Amino acid sequence: MIRVMLPYHLRNLARVEGEVQLEVAGSVTLGSVLDALESRYPALRGTVRDHGTLRRRPFVRFFACKEDLSLEPPETKLPEEVVTGKEPFLIVGAIAGG
Amino acid sequence: MSRVRLLVGTRKGAFILTSDGKREKWDVSEPHFAGWEMYHLKGSPVDPNRIYASQTSGWFGQIIQRSDDGGKTWNTPGSSSEELAGPDGMPKGESNKFVYEGQVGSHMWYDGTQHPWEFKRVWHLEPSLTDPDTVYAGVEDAAIFKTTNGGKTWQELSALRGAKGHLWQPGAGGMAVHTIILDPKNANRIYIAISAAGAFRTDDGGKTWRPINKGLKAQFELPDPDAEVGHCVHRIAMHKSRPDVLFMQKHWDVLRTDNAGEQWTEVSGNLPSDFGFPIDVHAHEPNTIYVVPIKSDSEHFPPDGKLRVYRSRSGGNEWEALTKGLPQKDCYVNVLRDAMSVDSLQPCGIYFGTTGGQVYGSADGGDTWNAIVRDLPAVLSVEAQVLP
Repeated sequence: MIRVMLPYHLRNLARVEGEVQLEVAGSVTLGSVLDALESRYPALRGTVRDHGTLRRRPFVRFFACKEDLSLEPPETKLPEEVVTGKEPFLIVGAIAGG
Repeated sequence: MSRVRLLVGTRKGAFILTSDGKREKWDVSEPHFAGWEMYHLKGSPVDPNRIYASQTSGWFGQIIQRSDDGGKTWNTPGSSSEELAGPDGMPKGESNKFVYEGQVGSHMWYDGTQHPWEFKRVWHLEPSLTDPDTVYAGVEDAAIFKTTNGGKTWQELSALRGAKGHLWQPGAGGMAVHTIILDPKNANRIYIAISAAGAFRTDDGGKTWRPINKGLKAQFELPDPDAEVGHCVHRIAMHKSRPDVLFMQKHWDVLRTDNAGEQWTEVSGNLPSDFGFPIDVHAHEPNTIYVVPIKSDSEHFPPDGKLRVYRSRSGGNEWEALTKGLPQKDCYVNVLRDAMSVDSLQPCGIYFGTTGGQVYGSADGGDTWNAIVRDLPAVLSVEAQVLP
């Protein structure tokens, strides 16, 4: 089970509290976790990645095990600690408020 | 007795203000969608409890919300597992998918080069006059979209961008379709307006569009002051009994047309400044119109620190200042283009919100005003509804 921590506004949008837990079939990558997240919570489609292009929105960042994965390609495998559920995958709203 | 509901969009959430028909005492809701920019909320004329809302964020993009119970509860249309199941059984969640049709194309950029269209947000939602599931959305970068399934999916009416779209250029506030007016007597006629592009009309339900900017002057804003497109229209208003008569607040100038936009005539008359954003029409007097003069394009606040609504009972040219109950000193707020609305009670109520977070209301056609609420976030939009 993959643990995902969403930012405050996306937790509200998805109507969840705390972490969400996702079943991810096959290889656990950046892309497959986001696919699973959007399938389970369709209201999040377009908020983390653009519709169509699936590009990360500019002020959304991805972290796992204290590593910034925001610029990595979707096929990037997530660390073993995330795959085993020991560590969460973090989706973060960038500090960009000015 | 009828009730009035105001749908107020702000920079940090939406608020619903309610009153009985006397419009003296108001209840102010807790914030809906707290922390999000709520560009516009509007109810269906067919079913006032069906409300559509544009929720946006610089971080998380566009969300469309819909309420079917007058704003008590909200949902993103088409996102539940029972709705819109795709071939793989998963719901698609496409209520916020605004994708330009066909070749994306390009418009004029600030440096004179061409720049591809990029969707940013929904500025304005205009529900159909006859079908609660049909809504038009005016978006930035400028385009118009339509849903016929209650907001689950949206399709662009792409011919609009064919109306010399390559010449449109964003202003300082962006390039958005901010005004959509549906003709109550002709279902195929729609008017729209775009900042820094102008006004446009379709007579065939959106299959074709053409600019309707003849008579607009831009002396110091365009190389050709009489250009067919490029005019910075801020707002257009219409009375439902006279759909061929439109009133316009342009960047500078207040204008009217009596022939559906074929020719515009300036009616700024004795206004202290003819710069401004909103314009609206009295619910029962088609020749009574309202504007809020702003000092200039460089100083977006009222002249002399006095917040004054100006009313013309003659369809323009002759204006009177409405000041009773409005601050007449030290007031430096702005009133944005979608932040004025009228109700249809007798006498007509009129409302507007400010960038300072006040929502003012008048229950007597503008003669006297009261602050319904004073300390909201900056107000982006106000829509009045009359409920049975």
